[in-house]
Amino acid sequence: MSSLKIQDLHVRIGEKEIIRGLTLEIPKGEVHAIMGPNGSGKSTLSKAIGGHPDYTITSGDILVDGESILGMEPDERARKGVFLAFQYPMEIPGVSNANFLRAALNARQPEGEEIEAVDFYEHLYEEMDKLEIRREFTSRAVNEGFSGGEKKRNEILQMAMLKPKYAILDETDSGLDIDALKIVSQGVNAQRGPELGSLVITHYQRLLDYIVPDVVHVMVDGRIVRTGPKELALELEEKGYDFIKDAIA
Amino acid sequence: MPTEELNQLAIDRTRGDFRYDVQYQYDAGTGLTHQTIDYIVDAKGEPDWIRDWRHKALDVFLSKPMPTHWASKDLENIVFDNIRYYLAGGQKPSRSWEDVPEDMKRTFERLGIPEQERKFLAGVEAQFDSEAVYSNIKKAVGEQGVIFVGSTDGLKNHPEIFRKWFGKVIPTGDNKFSALNSAVFSGGSFIYVPPGVKVKHPLQAYFRINAENFGQFERTLIIADEGSEVMYMEGCTAPKFETATLHSAVVELVALKGAKIQYVTVQNWSPNVFNLVTKRAIAHEEAEVKWIDCNIGSRLTMKYPGVVLKGRKARGEVVSIALANDGQHQDTGAKMIHAADETTSNIVSKSISIGKGRATYRGLVHVPKHLKGCKNNTECDALLINSTARTDTYPAITVRGTGNACQHEASVSQISAEQIFYMQQRGLTEAQAMSLSVNGFVNDLVRQFPMEYSVELKRLIDLEMEGSVG
Repeated sequence: MSSLKIQDLHVRIGEKEIIRGLTLEIPKGEVHAIMGPNGSGKSTLSKAIGGHPDYTITSGDILVDGESILGMEPDERARKGVFLAFQYPMEIPGVSNANFLRAALNARQPEGEEIEAVDFYEHLYEEMDKLEIRREFTSRAVNEGFSGGEKKRNEILQMAMLKPKYAILDETDSGLDIDALKIVSQGVNAQRGPELGSLVITHYQRLLDYIVPDVVHVMVDGRIVRTGPKELALELEEKGYDFIKDAIA
Repeated sequence: MPTEELNQLAIDRTRGDFRYDVQYQYDAGTGLTHQTIDYIVDAKGEPDWIRDWRHKALDVFLSKPMPTHWASKDLENIVFDNIRYYLAGGQKPSRSWEDVPEDMKRTFERLGIPEQERKFLAGVEAQFDSEAVYSNIKKAVGEQGVIFVGSTDGLKNHPEIFRKWFGKVIPTGDNKFSALNSAVFSGGSFIYVPPGVKVKHPLQAYFRINAENFGQFERTLIIADEGSEVMYMEGCTAPKFETATLHSAVVELVALKGAKIQYVTVQNWSPNVFNLVTKRAIAHEEAEVKWIDCNIGSRLTMKYPGVVLKGRKARGEVVSIALANDGQHQDTGAKMIHAADETTSNIVSKSISIGKGRATYRGLVHVPKHLKGCKNNTECDALLINSTARTDTYPAITVRGTGNACQHEASVSQISAEQIFYMQQRGLTEAQAMSLSVNGFVNDLVRQFPMEYSVELKRLIDLEMEGSVG
């Protein structure tokens, strides 16, 4: 029961069906990777799990620990433990990182209760240190004027602070140089454990050298077409996506 | 940060939408004629010069057309004959809350005024409909020669200072509503700060409308003598009535050589109030005047605080935040009239329009050709919450001459659906996400408010946003 389960999911944007019968289960404690060519529907999957209003689910289900989240608002899903590390994290002008994180944590407290400021900063600084983020970061506006690497690091920091049950990392490696990639990957690896299930979405094998998955899925045209051990990623890297496409055809 | 203390300040103040029944000794009835003026003058026991002044002002008011050729047509919906122009309990303002009539005291206690006074204010005036019911200044401040009384008290007991400046910054005929105020004004503050005196804590006035079909016309005059400093804060609320209420104040500030005045307004009118206010300052040599203005609520607000930079090196500043919710129109801005060399002015305005709310920025900056070394900076940013919201900007900047500089920036932005989704994905509800985004938008300005007011402001924004989503 402790899993993020996607059952025969169909998703449209407008009139166009992007996800066409996708089934996937990520048990807690495991890291799964989804690889696929551009336009295969990888990012659509992450937005649909998050509950983005532009993505219409026409059939199928998404279950968190056995409970369907389809009828839930995005924030309710988040509070159920679903976290999306965005490919393009949004800027929130004028809202400091510290205030944003505090608001997000307070939203998880029982009605009328708030986290203590001292505990919050202690926890925040600890996680920031792991990601080699400098202290002045707390008072900067969320993602405003951040480099690509800073934005991605911020996503991982938020994930560390919010302690999700299931994390979907959407192309977290895009826009990162090798040093940033290492730091971000270390941050993700540090959070691996029996209490977290992760889905790493990526176009390239490179990220999977650092975040080594338990299972690799290949996605083409809105479906999972192949599932295998981590070596599958290497095979893809070597032979390219055409090899899979040809194999299906 | 003393969070607990701040939380206590932010007590039950949900929009001030409540009222107690009060017995009035004086009621000028509805409608406005020369008899109304005589009734007010007699009730207040004012000298003859002010009677003449009021009568003349009424003639000016009646002769002036509504400024609907540039302003909102909604002004035509004010029915002057249905308004009550003077309502008062008849007692003198008390120096102790103990002596304030029970219902009025309860009102101000509910608004948290006595508590604020104890915590951080140097003096308080509390106006209930037409007259102040409480007026007090800390002993130590009074002993420095600072005068802080109501306008009636000022004109009767301090005529030598009052008459010198009254109506000089904003003449009766400045506009239709300054004329109306000049005819029927009552209440408001008169402040005089002697040379070199720096009043450490703010003086505060609170304007409360309690009666239906009522017009509140307070008149404030602040004179900061050479080298003195003072901060004045005003708050205002009214209950929500079915019919329109009118608030039309005139505020005149005089900052003499080297003086500093900061004037902070946090108004939270109910959505039936026409709020038509004229505010202007004269800044003499090396003086500084800063208007910090926050407009929340009301049906229509028209307010453009101004500074006439009369002396060399005078500085003027307007920092304003306007929030126009559904059915509201915030028509606000600033005026900077440069009239001496090396004067500088700064205008920073941010507006938020929600639902079908409308925010208008009107700015006037004037630097004549013969002046040298003048600078103006104008920034106005508008945030639209929904696609039905509206914002307009009318900046009129005339900077002539070669030795003067002017900088103008304007922006319109919208909170994107992607931003809200991002924030919701972190666990915030849609309303919380909106609220946080709006607070972020005004954050740099809110920080310029005194801390006690910035907390209140943040809370008011949260309240407005709660109602706007879902």
